[in-house]
Amino acid sequence: MTAVSMTVNGKPVTADVEDRTLLVYFLRETLRLTGTHIGCDTSQCGACVVHVDGKAMKSCTMFAVQAEGAQVTTIEGLAKDGKLHPVQEAFRDNHGLQCGFCTPGMIMTAVDMIRRKGAMDRDTIRHELEGNICRCTGYHNIVSAIEDASKRMTEKVA
Amino acid sequence: MITYPFTYKRAKSVAEAETLLKATSESKLLAGGQTLIAAMKMRLANPPELIDISGIKELNYIRVGGGQVAIGAATIHYDVATSAEVAKAIPALAHLAGVIGDPAVRHKGTIGGSVANNDPAADYPAAVLALGATIKTNKRAIKADDFFTGMFSTALEDGEIITEIAFPIPEKAAYKKFANPASRYAMAGVFVAKFKDGIRVAATGAAPCVFRVPEMEAALAKNFTPDAVANIAVDASNMNSDLHGSAEYRANLVTVMAKRAVAEAA
Repeated sequence: MTAVSMTVNGKPVTADVEDRTLLVYFLRETLRLTGTHIGCDTSQCGACVVHVDGKAMKSCTMFAVQAEGAQVTTIEGLAKDGKLHPVQEAFRDNHGLQCGFCTPGMIMTAVDMIRRKGAMDRDTIRHELEGNICRCTGYHNIVSAIEDASKRMTEKVA
Repeated sequence: MITYPFTYKRAKSVAEAETLLKATSESKLLAGGQTLIAAMKMRLANPPELIDISGIKELNYIRVGGGQVAIGAATIHYDVATSAEVAKAIPALAHLAGVIGDPAVRHKGTIGGSVANNDPAADYPAAVLALGATIKTNKRAIKADDFFTGMFSTALEDGEIITEIAFPIPEKAAYKKFANPASRYAMAGVFVAKFKDGIRVAATGAAPCVFRVPEMEAALAKNFTPDAVANIAVDASNMNSDLHGSAEYRANLVTVMAKRAVAEAA
């Protein structure tokens, strides 16, 4: 067992874990943050995407010990003071989900791409989403939600 | 999925990684882990110890100068893809780094890890071989032509750690890949590079190991146009065949990707 410490959604956490514990299991089972999902478990579907030091990563393809000292943000950490994150708002307004399983990963990926790219056209959004799979094939409204959110967020900055 | 148990150690320098590697037999280096961790989860790999080299600062850099682009082994794909210096010196290399996997994979995967792993469908080996790069390790410098020895096999010896990949800057170059729609791995990817003293063409994804296409190189040296390679076919009996595509399909893709790469570079 190894003691691992990191900051998750702004709160410092420390726990003893097996070295082989994947970050996604640490989040879900040790911290009980079950918003991060395990879909394919082979780093293709993106349901497990979280932010590590501000960058989107697949938490099923890294070990918790690799996140030692890191700032980790999960879907639970996006809303602030009871108010949804603009990307969450846009997914609700555009009905950007069907069964909802892929949604946490879609939203975390969307926040990351807007951080890097700002306002985007639909083609760019589709390319940026290549690491996230929706088994309902509900991409149309997901793309609309991200397009909407990217405009709202960049207007706010400008 | 959960891997077999192992011990995790973090190296802060190349020297420390060397010492740790020597201390335990069968230990493996962990860089971005985007292939190794997947293999460990499938229980195809079972190292008793992982030595994490991804945080070694001396391995994280991009230096352009002296006719080459030198990239530290622990540099992530995202940093190469978005480097203004790389985009100016070898735009095809920045493009290639930007089409590896997906954005989350590019935030974690490293150039050294990709080259050391030599996955048959990885993108970087095509650039390394076509640009005639030099693979620098803690022990020596290895030419690309001597480095890739077979499927998941390289000239790296036990205890050897890649520290840098140095790419000569070509006059023109382009990389075109036909990506598997699900995994984004190359079904076939062709990197074409034109230097003052000749042309180099390397194909990945199509065969068990990245390979050069001498017939295309000779034809392009005389006439650097897509037509020059249009009728040059690679031998299908050497290509991979799986549920994603037959050997004949992949052989054809090599020609098609080569044509597209030349069209873009020319």
